[in-house]
Amino acid sequence: MKQSIKKLHKAFESNTRLGIMSALAVNEYMEFNALKDLLAVTDGNLASHIKFLEKEDFIKVYKLFINRKPNTRYKITESGLGAFKQHISALEILIKQHK
Amino acid sequence: MKDQYQNDLNTIKEIMEKSTRFVSLSGLSGILAGIYATIGALAAYYIVYYSKSIPYASFQLGISSSEIILLLIIASIVFFLTIGTAIILSNRKATKLKAKLWDTTGKQLTEHLFIPVLFGGLFIVLLYYHAAYTLIAPASLIFYGLGLINASKYTVRDIKLLGITEAILGVTCGLFPGYGLLFWFVGFGVMHVVYGTIMYLKYDK
Repeated sequence: MKQSIKKLHKAFESNTRLGIMSALAVNEYMEFNALKDLLAVTDGNLASHIKFLEKEDFIKVYKLFINRKPNTRYKITESGLGAFKQHISALEILIKQHK
Repeated sequence: MKDQYQNDLNTIKEIMEKSTRFVSLSGLSGILAGIYATIGALAAYYIVYYSKSIPYASFQLGISSSEIILLLIIASIVFFLTIGTAIILSNRKATKLKAKLWDTTGKQLTEHLFIPVLFGGLFIVLLYYHAAYTLIAPASLIFYGLGLINASKYTVRDIKLLGITEAILGVTCGLFPGYGLLFWFVGFGVMHVVYGTIMYLKYDK
């Protein structure tokens, strides 16, 4: 049981970070505003959590221009997806053990 | 603690759903689409059969070019009324759900629905050109069904069932030449009302 708790990643303790990872795990990419609307958080809040995940190398930022307007996209990295999947299976194991 | 884990899992699932599925699709617009299609089918029946006292599904059917133009006008009116209603009602539902109508899932849904439907439309023009009239109704139902199945990944699952129903109706329709209008009425009229009502009761309330 101790082992499975170890697999719960600290990065996903925050609901917003959990939300960002959930959305990026099933979408090719997400734009900043789409994530903001989806998770119903403020600009500053979202930006700080994104920075955290970026530092962990769980997500990657792509800045580009569409019709000369700046556009920021986020994609999940391979290690991010791996860690997230591990986190989900750890949650499932913990729930089973408590039943 | 256990509740916390369960909550986390629920949050993950909910966000995955919400970020990949178009939730604003209005059931009411499905019902109205069915009603427009029914009126359209009745008008077509009147023009082609009733006004000339030809029995339905008769094979000695002759349609003049002015009638074809009239039928095309009816079809266009039904088409644009349906699209317009869907946009207005879905927009209203999106506002209520605090979602954006034209978000990524909305775009994906439209794209995946219209690609098979567009090629189906072109194929139907070919069928018309080659005088394969009995295959026009089956082809329209099959391609519309395939479009719905294709688009269902991006919205509620009921749309997949509706798509399968339309495709089955299309194939069945091909077995009964001359009854195209009846199958059109069932596929585009009755089925939209049925599935629209199911969706309205499940999601709109």
